[in-house]
Amino acid sequence: MIPEDLDILTLLIAIVTASACALPGVFLVLRRMTLMSDAISHAILPGIVLAFFLTHSVSSPLLILAATATGVLTVIFVELLQKTKLVKEDAAIGLTFPALFSIGVILISQYTSNIHLDMDAVLLGKLEFASFNKLEMFGYSWGPVSLYVMGGMFLLNLAFILIFYKELKLVTFDASLAATLGFAPALIHYGLMTLVSMTTVGAFDAVGSILVVALIAGPAATAYLMTDSLARMLILSVIIGCVNAVVGYLLAVPFDVPIAGPIATVTFLVFGLAFMVVPNRGLIAIARRHIHQKWEFAQTMLVIHLLNHEGLPEAQAESEIAHLHEHLRWEPTFATRVVKHALNNRYVSQQATQLMLTERGRTIAQQTLVQ
Amino acid sequence: MEHFYFLTRFDYTLMIVTSGAALLGTVSGALGTYAVLRRQSLLGDVISHAALPGIAIAFLLTGSKTPLLLVLGAAIAGWLGALIILSIVRLTRIKYDSAFGLVLSTFFGFGMVLLSLIQRSGNANQAGLDDFIFGQAATILKRDVLTIGILGGIALIIMLIFWKELKLLIFDEGFAASIGLPIRALDILLTSLLVIAIVIGLQAVGAVLMSAMLVAPAVAARQWTDRLNLMVLLAACFGALAGVSGTIISSPIRIPTGPTIILCATAMVGISIAFAPNRGLLWNSIKQRRNRRSLKIATGRLIGATAVKNRMKENDTRRS
Repeated sequence: MIPEDLDILTLLIAIVTASACALPGVFLVLRRMTLMSDAISHAILPGIVLAFFLTHSVSSPLLILAATATGVLTVIFVELLQKTKLVKEDAAIGLTFPALFSIGVILISQYTSNIHLDMDAVLLGKLEFASFNKLEMFGYSWGPVSLYVMGGMFLLNLAFILIFYKELKLVTFDASLAATLGFAPALIHYGLMTLVSMTTVGAFDAVGSILVVALIAGPAATAYLMTDSLARMLILSVIIGCVNAVVGYLLAVPFDVPIAGPIATVTFLVFGLAFMVVPNRGLIAIARRHIHQKWEFAQTMLVIHLLNHEGLPEAQAESEIAHLHEHLRWEPTFATRVVKHALNNRYVSQQATQLMLTERGRTIAQQTLVQ
Repeated sequence: MEHFYFLTRFDYTLMIVTSGAALLGTVSGALGTYAVLRRQSLLGDVISHAALPGIAIAFLLTGSKTPLLLVLGAAIAGWLGALIILSIVRLTRIKYDSAFGLVLSTFFGFGMVLLSLIQRSGNANQAGLDDFIFGQAATILKRDVLTIGILGGIALIIMLIFWKELKLLIFDEGFAASIGLPIRALDILLTSLLVIAIVIGLQAVGAVLMSAMLVAPAVAARQWTDRLNLMVLLAACFGALAGVSGTIISSPIRIPTGPTIILCATAMVGISIAFAPNRGLLWNSIKQRRNRRSLKIATGRLIGATAVKNRMKENDTRRS
């Protein structure tokens, strides 16, 4: 058998699919339209089914065209519903795609007996298939096609973003300025939505309709935690998408499960990791900052306290280490630790049982009071 | 006689399915009202997908397909997903839509991994777990209807008990906080009620279509009234109507029940948006035309009046 060749092909398809999805995902996340990809990935079903009836082939370009058109139609439907002002955006999405999806399911159910369009395959891509089926699909008749389709999608997305980078940036961050400058935000918007539809349709075949959303939203959301620059976010999200795909694939092989599942799982774990450890914005960074602020504040309180009573008759009593906690109304253990920190930082110096301000401590206290 | 036997059997099944769908529609219609009014319509979509790993884990742990156990697993996973979304939005600059998409797809993906592991283990009992993805209304049994009725009833009673608090939460959260209501606890309570409404419907309509059961009746009801109590009542009625009509339409022509229910609910939304008094499109266009006409008459009168006045002024100047 030739499992090694097949493995490399499958891995390559996963990587290319992840990269192609990660690019438009950045703009969806920034424009708060991530759920549009979810809506599109469900709503393209009737388009795929109708095109399948016409062509009787799952790989024909007409299928991709019809599905893409249905995707764009979904976006238009949602916007028309919103424009009536009777329905809010979230509800408009929540109404449109289940209805289109239902039509697709009904269409499939009517003709399942005489065509080979499996419900499971359409909903979940190859995921529901046993590993043998998947290999046959990917390796022999399918793998190369998917690779070409997704490779083409990646290049198309990349070209669109490179050519319209300035316009996309402006429309994303300041749509009204873009409109006044004559950049036609609607045109850019529909261009982007067409690409999202096409990418979704292409990836649909490899990973199924729901996991497409993980490929689109996951890397972009993770990258959004890490950087403030659009260019860096684009590059990062492609890298993260590829890492997710490779790690997911490597996990899928020993457990012998369809690869899209582990990729989605890894996507969540990588996001969670970034959520924890990212500098400045991560949970750990936030917690450390809180702790740091707490000690800083306590030390500042201490030096101000000492400054207030410096040179006065009661100074002796007020700067007694053993009694500090009473004057500052702290827990004794807390007070001891604050004193230790302050001594380490050379804000204060210890003379017998009393604390004396150092030059540094006095400056800090005075500065804080002036502010 | 055989024919009769078949007929009664058929009717019995149909009756069970219809009553299940009606109950489901009532519960999800009433509770969906809150999701729609809070602009979290897609929370249903997220919870229904995020519930999948819970179902798989519940099955893996117990090896049984008792509806109550699977529903419990689904509820825990869906609830966890909703909580993760709340904390992502609270602690990062990531907005609701991205958090929704992330949790929805990755939880679902993890659920798919577990499901395929279960399927590979060759457990003879596993058939039917797929129903939670696609929905299989035709397989609703009497015990499922009981589960839906009891859990849904509990959720509705809790909703009625906290009626005032929930109303304040959705319409004026700031005021609710200022008079000392525990906002976060109420938020979690509302999310939990939604989780219940969703997970009891998963097996009937499936994860993908459950979100529409939450959104469509509420949006339809919104067009007819501006009052919360009427809206909840109407949404419950619309939901039940969609359940019943979808089941009855789909049964003789043999099309899947879940999608038919959704299409019925969507049709109700279409009718409501078009014809509802005061808000509907038809009403609005009539009102607009009437306004335009009365404006025309008014301007006509104004022009006429100005002309008369001018003429009189002219006469006055001529006379003097």
